[in-house]
Amino acid sequence: MSGHDSKYFSTTKKGEIPELKEELNSQYKDKRKDAVKKVIAAMTVGKDVSSLFTDVVNCMQTENLELKKLVYLYLINYAKSQPDLAILAVNTFVKDSQDPNPLIRALAVRTMGCIRVDKITEYLCDPLQRCLKDDDPYVRKTAAICVAKLYDINAELVEDRGFLEALKDLISDNNPMVVANAVAALAEIQENSSRPIFEITSHTLSKLLTALNECTEWGQVFILDALSKYKAADAREAENIVERVTPRLQHANCAVVLSAVKMILQQMELITSTDVVRNLCKKMAPPLVTLLSAEPEIQYVALRNINLIVQRRPTILAHEIKVFFCKYNDPIYVKMEKLEIMIKLASDRNIDQVLLEFKEYATEVDVDFVRKAVRAIGRCAIKLERAAERCISVLLELIKIKVNYVVQEAIIVIKDIFRRYPNTYESIIATLCESLDTLDEPEAKASMIWIIGEYAERIDNADELLESFLESFPEEPAQVQLQLLTATVKLFLKKPTEGPQQMIQVVLNNATVETDNPDLRDRAYIYWRLLSTDPEAAKDVVLAEKPVISDDSNQLDPSLLDELLSNIATLSSVYHKPPEAFVTRVKTTQKTDEDDYPDGGEPGYSESPSHAVDSAASPPATSSSAPHAAARQPVPATPAPVPDLLGDLIGLDNDNNGNGAIVPVDILHEGPPLPVVLPASTGQGLQISAQLVRRDGQIFYSLLFENNSQIPLDGFMIQFNKNTFGVAAAGPLQVPQLLPGTSASTLLPMVLFQNIAPGPPNTLLQVAVKNNQQPVWYFNDKLSLLVFFSEDGRMERSAFLETWKSLPDSNEVSKDFPGIVVNSVEATLDQLAVSNMFFIAKRKHANQDVLYLSAKIPRGIPFLIELTAVIGIPGLKCAIKSPSPEMAPLFFEALENLLKS
Amino acid sequence: MAGAASALFILDVKGRCLIWRDYRGDVTSVQAERYFSKLLEKEGDIESHGPVGYDNGVTYMFIQHSNVFLMTASRQNCNAASLLLFLHRIVDVFKHYFEEFEEESLRDNFVVVYELLDEMMDFGYPQYTEAKILSEFIKTDAYRMEVTQRPPMAVTNAVSWRSEGINYKKNEVFLDVVESVNILVNSNGQIIRSDVVGALKMRTYLSGMPECKLGLNDKVLLEAQGRSSKGKAIDLDDIKFHQCVRLARFENDRTISFIPPDGSFDLMTYRLSTQVKPLIWVEAQVERHSRSRIEMVLKARSQFKDRSTATNVEIQLPVPSDATNPNIRTSMGSAAYAPENDALVWKIKSFPGNKEYMLRAEFSLPSITSEEATHDRKAPIRVKFEIPYFTVSGIQVRYLKIIEKSGYQALPWVRYITMAGEYELRLI
Repeated sequence: MSGHDSKYFSTTKKGEIPELKEELNSQYKDKRKDAVKKVIAAMTVGKDVSSLFTDVVNCMQTENLELKKLVYLYLINYAKSQPDLAILAVNTFVKDSQDPNPLIRALAVRTMGCIRVDKITEYLCDPLQRCLKDDDPYVRKTAAICVAKLYDINAELVEDRGFLEALKDLISDNNPMVVANAVAALAEIQENSSRPIFEITSHTLSKLLTALNECTEWGQVFILDALSKYKAADAREAENIVERVTPRLQHANCAVVLSAVKMILQQMELITSTDVVRNLCKKMAPPLVTLLSAEPEIQYVALRNINLIVQRRPTILAHEIKVFFCKYNDPIYVKMEKLEIMIKLASDRNIDQVLLEFKEYATEVDVDFVRKAVRAIGRCAIKLERAAERCISVLLELIKIKVNYVVQEAIIVIKDIFRRYPNTYESIIATLCESLDTLDEPEAKASMIWIIGEYAERIDNADELLESFLESFPEEPAQVQLQLLTATVKLFLKKPTEGPQQMIQVVLNNATVETDNPDLRDRAYIYWRLLSTDPEAAKDVVLAEKPVISDDSNQLDPSLLDELLSNIATLSSVYHKPPEAFVTRVKTTQKTDEDDYPDGGEPGYSESPSHAVDSAASPPATSSSAPHAAARQPVPATPAPVPDLLGDLIGLDNDNNGNGAIVPVDILHEGPPLPVVLPASTGQGLQISAQLVRRDGQIFYSLLFENNSQIPLDGFMIQFNKNTFGVAAAGPLQVPQLLPGTSASTLLPMVLFQNIAPGPPNTLLQVAVKNNQQPVWYFNDKLSLLVFFSEDGRMERSAFLETWKSLPDSNEVSKDFPGIVVNSVEATLDQLAVSNMFFIAKRKHANQDVLYLSAKIPRGIPFLIELTAVIGIPGLKCAIKSPSPEMAPLFFEALENLLKS
Repeated sequence: MAGAASALFILDVKGRCLIWRDYRGDVTSVQAERYFSKLLEKEGDIESHGPVGYDNGVTYMFIQHSNVFLMTASRQNCNAASLLLFLHRIVDVFKHYFEEFEEESLRDNFVVVYELLDEMMDFGYPQYTEAKILSEFIKTDAYRMEVTQRPPMAVTNAVSWRSEGINYKKNEVFLDVVESVNILVNSNGQIIRSDVVGALKMRTYLSGMPECKLGLNDKVLLEAQGRSSKGKAIDLDDIKFHQCVRLARFENDRTISFIPPDGSFDLMTYRLSTQVKPLIWVEAQVERHSRSRIEMVLKARSQFKDRSTATNVEIQLPVPSDATNPNIRTSMGSAAYAPENDALVWKIKSFPGNKEYMLRAEFSLPSITSEEATHDRKAPIRVKFEIPYFTVSGIQVRYLKIIEKSGYQALPWVRYITMAGEYELRLI
């Protein structure tokens, strides 16, 4: 049953809009319908057809359902750009919501909820109220979701109109589909609210578990996901819940299975009987294995989740390692994940078979996969002491194939094996040395040099080998230089003969005089001094016994693991990061009319905007309170607490190799592109873009590093020079190794008043960034006053007046901005509110609008702001009054930048 | 963990938006296109990229089908499994509607596509994906006239997959038991993995609301009923049921009871990981004579009872990519060199049980190779076949009871077939 709609795409270019306009107003129904189709086709291919708004809306009143749907679709897309005209549609919407046909009633509410225009929203309430109580379940299920839509646009309205209660009533609806949608809506509303709205009691629990048996597969997922938050009172209740959920493991829908697994795992934490737990583990294994027969994309999600599950419950799949063996045609992203799980499940019992597999993979074509397979062998060696020898012999076999990248990867892992089992396998060093010439990657080179230095006394020609590297010392990457330096010192200490003595001189000279890498230089000086003052002490220091390294394949922090397990099947479990790290849903701040007239003095008033601001950042409750409190304290000498968000994000993603390709590192960068502060032309290919930003009451330096050079860059560090606000980094810069052609962004938490520059305030922020491979880069950035305005800068009207009066006139500074046009007071206030400049009052003076606002910078310094402008005409006058009038130039500059854009 | 998709995009191979449906107004098509073109630039081969990606605060998940990509965007911590599966279901629904789901058919039906996207997902939450029922109230132009214009009861019913009032003159059910054998043999000739994935595929032509009950020779069930399992009962590792099967009932007493959808569907799938003797065993000997030629001898043996016969047997043998001048002889069937796959393909139409066939092949190799020749991709030998009237697991349908209140008699037809799934032997 194929259509022929493609003809609607091929309208003539010339005079298209007027032509369509004419057709839309045709007296013939069919012609009008065709015209609307053409409009939708044009919309689909990205043409702007918003100018036809009125004409399309005129077609809305029709008996033809298809046409109606198309007009609705048009409205969803363009109502926002034509809010005033959208009101034309309201009548039809309201009428349709009372149509005898339930399809049309549902369609009307569904669509109205999608039109994010205030004026429409107001009219939505009555129809929604009716539809929530409609006789037809199809309409009720649509209305349930619509409440979540409305909450997203205007939370207060939902609460005021009692829709939350109506939604909660729907949980007891006799139709399972309605129940499922109500649960989804409530769960989402709860997520965005700090108040308890949707709390699952044991009563709702049992109702929902019953609905589970009857609703659609998608509905089952909603319910299971919502229920996984339920905390059972005791082991008994937990067992009862599990019993009712386990049948879901037999569902053909993988999402249902995964959500059921999540819920069972959650409840298992409470179950004390080991028999029950063992039994459940046995029950979950087969469904988890079956997930690997699903579509590759689903397999990928399943594998990322299984990775978490086996970390908590290693026994579940202990006997199933074979199902994770890679198939020839598996997509590479599936193979990579399987490999990771194989390492986790490898044991003394199965290691022989696993090694045989790894060896097989090491001869495949995909270079990344091959490397990972070689690394996997090394990780197994470190993990399983008794298998280490077998692992090493496999690595040696691989080295013999003489495939360049295999050899290099093998040497890197053998170095780690040496560090894990010192003085055990050194007999193989001779074989390694044969491949010395082929090494060209820094990490492999550095590893080999480390091995030579560490075992210099056992390698007869260690001095010759090291010497061969020395010639190119200045050209080597920093990583290799550092190893060469240390290895030469070790050699000298172990064999203090003439040859090594000369070598050490060359190296020390190179590393102190010829280099501008401070790390290398500092390390060289330390060695130099050690060697020249007390060679014996030097021996004690340099040749000291090193701690043995350990297996890193089970590495997620237990509390993070807990959180991730409670998020099974969701993105969080795919990324292995807590939701706060990537969820960026920003609620649009709603301005209601009352904001213009603060004199109303309703108690609700002062609450509402601050609530909106809170939810604008939509942070988890944990991190929002701390920075707020810090900002309010007048003596912020101690570093402000870093929100959990960053700690989790940066500190806990240990999987530095595996996920790089799958989860891009630029996880934090959002909003408009950052200004470039160090162009690639200056930075030898390294480009840095950066800007101070304020998130969640905390100041961050948002940085983007792009490596356009030919070499990998690592070891990034950052320093800030003294500046007006004493802005400095609160912690070390966390940037992973950057391969050529890749980029990484990061949010560096900042603290204030650390190193204050004396003198009059200015916006200069001097920054130095360095890495292991390049010289230190210096660049200048600007301090925008905007990021310093704190969330608690709102002043009561009376306080504002008092402060204004109490400050002497000399503290008032004003400036004209002839280039700035205020087109809409509302929009401007929104813009200012985002930067924590809070609206106090407004008055009209002749044709001018005068706005009063307040703001506050750290140490509690208030700014009282008066803006004067004529709407739509260029020219804005700004006067400020503050205890620190010397800040005024900074303020004006920031204001201009904000309003100009 | 509440969360849903912000928007859904259907993109062409170049990453241009063909159709998109905005559900939440916080991700634009421009953003999506920008992300996708970045992806296309970065990865020469889009398939090697994982299905989940992050860019500028938005998570994108996509799947590919023929020449289009289906992608969701989200700013929340949404259920990844559910959304990815939903994308696959969209493909199923569109295939039901347009037969071929590709760029062309999308353009030809964009009005219906928009209607479907509106019905299948609301505010980013998957709603309804039963193609058969959807087509009762969302129709393409040709069928527009007969539109009921009311949501069918099924959309919100507990039985969401079947409409009422279906009528057939002849009530029939076809049941195909299809088993795929997956096997992985390593270079030592050891079987390192073998399992069987089975499916009960049903086609129902039944009137009204029939109650069905299926009986299998399920060991757990037979033992529970106290019947001695006379060697024939089987133990299934994991069973997955179509949503029509009452799972709680199965959990209780292992009864498979359901009201089936109309038409074809997979009633259940199961997995069995007992070691089975490879049905077709292949031995290969490869000899390279310096750098001039390569000789291969292949022996294929059927390891099942004489009374069964494998059909459409196809054995793919990897060959070095620089091989030329094939010279091939077989004792049965025909073999051809497929240089585009670097493989030799040996086809045998009919391969009875307990037989052995041979193939000899010789290729010339160039005498010189480039210094930095990357080593050949080590592909396994792959085998395809079908064996009708036979199952590896020994599963049997003992009965299929159909009860409808009108009391008609329905005829169930059962067929069995076994075929090769991922059948890989890494022998070379």
